[in-house]
Amino acid sequence: MRLLKLVPDTTNIQFLKFRNIAIIFSIILTVASITLTATRGLNFGVDFAGGQMIQATFADDLEAPVTELREDIAALGIEGASIQRFGDENQVSIRMRVTEGANDDPALANEVSTRVTQMMQAEYEGVRIDSVDSVSGKVSDELFRAGALALGLAMIAIALYIWLRFEWQFGVGALFALFHDVALTFGFFALTQLEFNLNIVAALLTIIGYSLNDTIVVYDRIRENLRKYRKMEIVPLLDLSVNETLARTVMTSLTMAIALVVLIWIGPDLLFGFTTAMLLGIFVGTYSSVYMAAPILIWLKVGPDTFVPEETGGEQKIHKEGYGR
Amino acid sequence: MNDFPTWKVWMLTALLVVGVLLAIPSLLTDAQREQIPDFLPQPSINLGLDLSGGVHILLEAQTEEFEDQRLQTMSDRIEDSMEDDGPLIEIGSLSRSGGEVSFTVRDEAQLDDAMERVRALTQPVGFTGERDFSVENEDSLQIVVRPTETGTAEAVNTAVETATEVVRARIDELGTREPTIIRQGSERIVVQVPGLDSPESLMSLLGRTASLEFRMVNYDADPNMALACQAPIGSEALPYANQQETAGCVIVQRRVMVSGDQLVNAQQGFDQRTGEVTVNLTFDGPGGRAFGRVTQENVGRPFAIILDGEVLSAPNINEPILGGNAQITGSFSVQSANELAIALRSGRLPVELAVIEDRTVGAEIGEEGVRLGGLAGMIATVAVMTFMFITYGRFGIYSNIALALNLFLILAIMAMLDATLTLPGIAGFVLTVGAAVDANVLINERIREEQRRGRKIIDAVQTGYKEASRAIFDANITNFIGGALMFSFGSGPVRGFAVVLVVGIITSVFTAVTITRMMVSVWIKNKRPKELVI
Repeated sequence: MRLLKLVPDTTNIQFLKFRNIAIIFSIILTVASITLTATRGLNFGVDFAGGQMIQATFADDLEAPVTELREDIAALGIEGASIQRFGDENQVSIRMRVTEGANDDPALANEVSTRVTQMMQAEYEGVRIDSVDSVSGKVSDELFRAGALALGLAMIAIALYIWLRFEWQFGVGALFALFHDVALTFGFFALTQLEFNLNIVAALLTIIGYSLNDTIVVYDRIRENLRKYRKMEIVPLLDLSVNETLARTVMTSLTMAIALVVLIWIGPDLLFGFTTAMLLGIFVGTYSSVYMAAPILIWLKVGPDTFVPEETGGEQKIHKEGYGR
Repeated sequence: MNDFPTWKVWMLTALLVVGVLLAIPSLLTDAQREQIPDFLPQPSINLGLDLSGGVHILLEAQTEEFEDQRLQTMSDRIEDSMEDDGPLIEIGSLSRSGGEVSFTVRDEAQLDDAMERVRALTQPVGFTGERDFSVENEDSLQIVVRPTETGTAEAVNTAVETATEVVRARIDELGTREPTIIRQGSERIVVQVPGLDSPESLMSLLGRTASLEFRMVNYDADPNMALACQAPIGSEALPYANQQETAGCVIVQRRVMVSGDQLVNAQQGFDQRTGEVTVNLTFDGPGGRAFGRVTQENVGRPFAIILDGEVLSAPNINEPILGGNAQITGSFSVQSANELAIALRSGRLPVELAVIEDRTVGAEIGEEGVRLGGLAGMIATVAVMTFMFITYGRFGIYSNIALALNLFLILAIMAMLDATLTLPGIAGFVLTVGAAVDANVLINERIREEQRRGRKIIDAVQTGYKEASRAIFDANITNFIGGALMFSFGSGPVRGFAVVLVVGIITSVFTAVTITRMMVSVWIKNKRPKELVI
């Protein structure tokens, strides 16, 4: 049987030739993402902004009466409710921001969602209330802080780990690559105004994890090659390492992408933002491990001598910790 | 390749069999699970509220009001103590402000005695000899009583602890299926009730303090004051619970005749004459006697039935209420009377609870999540497996077996840990499918590479596993760090995702590295292949 080979054995692409263009491109994208996030802002869901969100499905296949609903809610004296269709034609999500008064009085906030759901059940026959989320300003602030903390800590802990297992230059490189991925994801959410909620923080942390998978696979090969080819220039050595791991990169990204595309295509609408972020993360993460994590090693003067002091002790330790034997 | 002696193969196989068996109950329906004989372990995975439907409520103790109340009680007790505990001590300008109670003693000679009496009202807290209130003599005749930090913390802690039990009792009365009630941090209580569609009744039941009091109405008070909701000293003006029907307030005496703490039972019932919905109360011995005595002395005068600081009704006492039974009315519906009865039976909340987060998921949407998520998971798995097979052939089959075992093991471990599967958790499953093959891709690619470099079969496989393991190890550790941080700082659905991720990392390394290696080595040992197609 002939097996499929996505990347021919003789592949030798000079990735690093484009490193300067790539880094400029990356910097522009990163700056644009940060600016966009700062100016346009993220579309925070109730998890982070507080307030209420009601999701409802109207009777069989009828298009959701968004305009009518908007008027009915305004008639209840509730201002600034945003009503959007999501998923199927007959599904809506209604979002109400937390009001100043309701921030101090949780009971008032809950009353708002109760009134809206009762009105909907009375006015629209066959409507099904799918979910009601009500988060007070206090809780949403805490959730936001906890999310930001988890994100920050994860990045620092991961960079420290890489520093311990490799060298400081690799830690810095990984951190830059991570920062790039996170910034771009934020930029994506600021651009599309997809709802940014707790699930997205989970997606971000996972993106960090998998972007790192790629980075570590490349770094591991660079470390190996630095020891193996002591005379080789750094640029061809990086190219060699990226090429040697290319088959794996393509294969893994592809299988991950298959899983995610299936989830976007068929999975529950509630997961749409989450899975989209993940899919984006797969591509950005792969790109950044080649064009951010690797070139930084050149600028930080990684050379054949980088791993020399640890060659004996370090090597043994690595083998002990590894799984293969 | 002697690294897998027969005993090791049997041991790992046994482990996998146990894992798969432990996973099976989670895949069955409730009815099918009933059929499993009792002697077999049958752990099954919990579905999160987003998958099963239900209500999640986060309650927070309103500590500011609680501290206020505590200070008020202290102030009342000081007043009583000066009058009752020995010779009368005259005090003046008793005030409660800025989080402290202060008063002056008229006669300087009684200052020490007054200090002594106030000290007697304080309680020791902890083991350091500290007391819950500090008593100090400031400004010659002024005594200041301040709650200590430890004292307040202890009081809040006890109150929230009691409140958790009260909440549990109230929810148990509702008879819902498997509610979860957990205290979170120092001031919060998480309540999760699966399968409950309407949160309103639950919230109104939990948010109610259920502090029931019977007090005499101050019938000497000026009716104009009642209209303006002002009260003379020693009395309190309380609003009606049903504001629309009656304007103004009822002026009641501060002293409580009987309180809800003295109840032994509360039941919803009907008034036989009027057919009105009522709540029937039964008091304990002392409560019943006190009720009898006061009503005997006050026939013809009104008393007020007060619930959570609002007057339900203020009927006249037609005859002494002896025997410890009473009936209260207050334009109840059957449901609201029942709720009140439950609240009264389960006791008064020592601290007011506010709902600060409330998430309700309908049962249908939950089922849809399980169905769509499961389908997506299956399609993704089949797609990835097909792809692995056409790319790596025999080694792809090994990876696929490992992948399937991995999914079973995640289920088994999660069921044993009593972990909860959420909607993002299903996404976590799908991702694990994608990520678990990464380890095998790394290994298989490395074996290909080593073969290209001219290594013999056994050597190529061994080096492939050894070299790839290093990167697999590093990559999984970093992912594990991310997952662990997500678990410790995340909440709700994020945690659900992190659990699957963390468990998945452990099981996928085990299956993708150790188990595939075992299969490869058994194959090589038995077949002694001449060439390696990979």
